Amino acid sequence: MKAAVIVFPGSNCDRDVQVALRQATGGEPLMVWHKDADFDPVDLIVLPGGFSYGDYLRCGAMAAHSPVMRELVARARRGVPLLGICNGFQMLTETGLLPGALLRNATLKFVCRDVLLRVETSQTLFTSRYEAGQVIRIPVAHGDGNYFTDGDTLSRLYDRDQIAFRYCDEFGEPSEAANPNGALHNIAGVTNESKTILGLMPHPERLADPALGGSDGALFFQGLVEALP
Amino acid sequence: MKAEPQTPEVTQEVAAEHGLSAEEYGRVVEILGRTPNLLELGIFSVMWSEHCSYKSSKKWLKTLPTEGPQVILGPGENAGVVDIGEGLAAVFKMESHNHPSFIEPYQGAATGVGGILRDVFTMGARPVANLNALRFGDPAHPKTRHLVAGVVAGIGDYGNCVGIPTVGGEVNFDPAYNGNILVNAMTVGIAPADRIFTSAAAGAGNPVVYVGSKTGRDGIHGATMASAEFSEDSEAKRPTVQVGDPFTEKLLIEACLELMATDAIIGIQDMGAAGLTCSSFEMASKGGAGVELDLERVPCREAGMTPYEMMLSESQERMLMVLKPDKQNLARAICEKWDLEFAVVGHLTETGRMVIKLDGEVVGDLPIDPLAEASPEYDRPWTAAEPLGELAPSEVAPPEDLGAALGRLLAAPDHCSKRWVWEQYDHMVMADTVRRPGGDAAVVRIHASNRGLAVAVDCTPRYCKADPRRGGAQAVAESWRNLTAVGARPLAITDNLNFGNPARPRIMGQFVGCIEGMGEACRALDYPVVSGNVSLYNETNGEAILPTPAIGGVGLIDDLDRIADPAFEADGEAIILIGETRGHLGASSYLRVIEGREEGAPPTVDLAAERRNGDFVRSLIAGGQVTACHDVADGGLAVALAEMALAGGRGARITGPEGGSEAGLPDSPPVHAWLFGEDQARYIVTCADGAALLDTAETAGIPATRIGTTGGTALILPEGDPISLDGLREAHETWLPAYMDGQ
Repeated sequence: MKAAVIVFPGSNCDRDVQVALRQATGGEPLMVWHKDADFDPVDLIVLPGGFSYGDYLRCGAMAAHSPVMRELVARARRGVPLLGICNGFQMLTETGLLPGALLRNATLKFVCRDVLLRVETSQTLFTSRYEAGQVIRIPVAHGDGNYFTDGDTLSRLYDRDQIAFRYCDEFGEPSEAANPNGALHNIAGVTNESKTILGLMPHPERLADPALGGSDGALFFQGLVEALP
Repeated sequence: MKAEPQTPEVTQEVAAEHGLSAEEYGRVVEILGRTPNLLELGIFSVMWSEHCSYKSSKKWLKTLPTEGPQVILGPGENAGVVDIGEGLAAVFKMESHNHPSFIEPYQGAATGVGGILRDVFTMGARPVANLNALRFGDPAHPKTRHLVAGVVAGIGDYGNCVGIPTVGGEVNFDPAYNGNILVNAMTVGIAPADRIFTSAAAGAGNPVVYVGSKTGRDGIHGATMASAEFSEDSEAKRPTVQVGDPFTEKLLIEACLELMATDAIIGIQDMGAAGLTCSSFEMASKGGAGVELDLERVPCREAGMTPYEMMLSESQERMLMVLKPDKQNLARAICEKWDLEFAVVGHLTETGRMVIKLDGEVVGDLPIDPLAEASPEYDRPWTAAEPLGELAPSEVAPPEDLGAALGRLLAAPDHCSKRWVWEQYDHMVMADTVRRPGGDAAVVRIHASNRGLAVAVDCTPRYCKADPRRGGAQAVAESWRNLTAVGARPLAITDNLNFGNPARPRIMGQFVGCIEGMGEACRALDYPVVSGNVSLYNETNGEAILPTPAIGGVGLIDDLDRIADPAFEADGEAIILIGETRGHLGASSYLRVIEGREEGAPPTVDLAAERRNGDFVRSLIAGGQVTACHDVADGGLAVALAEMALAGGRGARITGPEGGSEAGLPDSPPVHAWLFGEDQARYIVTCADGAALLDTAETAGIPATRIGTTGGTALILPEGDPISLDGLREAHETWLPAYMDGQ
């Protein structure tokens, strides 16, 4: 699998995801500067976490209108898989590639901690190494991760199995106490209808190494490698 | 010479408004051989401010040990540099942003983080960890909650955006900080040991280049503000607080590091306190050069800024560098890649003077060396603090219920869990945080290796007030102990010395005492000071803060597979106390929280025992002989044991002091003194084979006692009912979030 990581000037998880991809693929991902819209074809494009262009406006709003994003939209339409983590997820909703929006956390505070996620479907490129219903531990770190969408869209997300992860307790229950940001139905990650695009607030690249206290995130990247050989 | 437009005539009165004494102003006139204009006066006033010149503290700072085989660069540069092997160096410093944070907590704290980050990456290091030491007033004071919320959000938003993990720190509350909080921020970076950048710039004709944010009217005279006492009208100074832009800081970090990978830079300096003035002066002065600035080339946020404003602005996220002339275009291209302002604002000369021009006309002309070298140095009178008597354990009544007392201590503002704080900081970005906040020291991995840095900040201000000398030594010793407790070899410290008005002999005495104590401890532990910052005049309406010499320590871990943390790891393990317990309750947390008394001398600091016990514990961790380790500090054994139990989610039965042969201890203290006494140089470790560990300790001549066994869901003390961990956790975790919710 050849992956590209888009590097915005305010990206700060670009290196972290580069390391996780390197570990999973054994190869070097292509690091693409945000001003270089013209880059080689790849099997996967990653929008990493961070603060793209400062995010003093709405998170991801400026990135959604950058030249490289036009290229990403075009490639995504051709079916190239896209992964947006945290700020990347915010960009994907801002461009409309994924439904919904990420609002300010209900607590109005930034939150950085490990959370438990229930894998809602294993039928995606991104979750193939997990079992549906499995509980995994992955960190979040964001101020604007409160997923919201209208009722019709929410029903469609359920109907088409587009919810990938939900915040849950140790028993797999998506309880209010387990929700770090007030997200609707504890939604932590969603895909597009054809399941080629995933956006999620948690950072699988941060627990992909036992030295850091866990490796549930490593399976995420290993699954991608298997799905996109 | 062109005069500043509509400037008042400079008189001694105007000089006094700039914070210069009559004597200092006389020296200005003598150096110049004439009356300065307003711009020149402004420059003298900031260069000679306490904040920039260390005029009251220099004499004493010189007494601190700053050398050692590990030290690459000691104090005097933007940050200290120590060797961490394999061709790498750790670069670190701590700095205060106290006054701005009290006036405008969010921006004050945020720009404090920005400033300390710049000090570190200016030297060529990629920042890898942020820490902070925060002191707030009485929780019941009407401003405290607002200040905590603003400071924490400011630190978080800045560090989170630039993408440097905030991994540790401490938060204390005391009424002495009601009108003057302390916000001390520390950054640790890693650089190639042979690629350290400094500010010294030489070579006549070389371009002086400005990179970063535009200059605005913010922060003018911040350095002077930091050198005066506070009063009730300080709120009116709000416009002098700078506004942070962490996104631009992120661009600056990346652009500077990219530029530093080339050989374009001769000297580089961030524009911190006193902005363009301090940075250009420092570069020219250290390099023995002169400098000529053309102010019309300075990127400005608004039109019509005067030279005075441009030279003294403390707008954030700006760097000044002297480049090799033939590398100017390369540097420009890198800055343009990162969308940063790049402007050649002057050049070096051989005149030894700083000549400031606006549109070709000279608006200021000052000699560099006399200004830098003639900066005042005071030997301020001081009186030593009256030593307090030792408080015998028998003078402190036992509590009715040990468990209830422990619960109250764990819920006290100084001891409660600070999770509410550190969960607002991204402490995992960069994916190298091996030990997160909440333990003795945080551990960050040296990227792409199996080695790590341990980092911690420490100080016990009530000890420093009760006995400055002991308090200073204790702060250094505790820092050393915290690094040791995770298995690190302590390398060096940075200090942030926060005190009141040095013109008061009593305050100066606190300063001198703390420095003496720190110096003794640093020498005894081979733990030199490589950087630091002094913050004086921390007083409001004549009320001084507690003397607070915050110590930031950095240690090295050679093998990340051999580190320890406080969590009890398994049931049925031996709990062993290393070090001697006399039950010292003077100036203790127990006395303060449970009895409401602040009396007695703080614990003695036996530096030989500190070193011996610490070296022993470090060898146990390196040898894989312990399963958990925690240092014993504030709140004594009881608090340390509770923290270990909570971290591991398992309880323990504590049998008490009589359970083993405590070497060198005449009589066991009463149980409450044994549990809550704050004797120094102690650690608690756990292991499967307690007898073997006690043997090892005896052979090494280290006092060690088995005090209990892990297991269960409660902490069982030698007396009283079992204390459920759920109850302790509730006590420990609830106070701060509830307080911040307004309860």
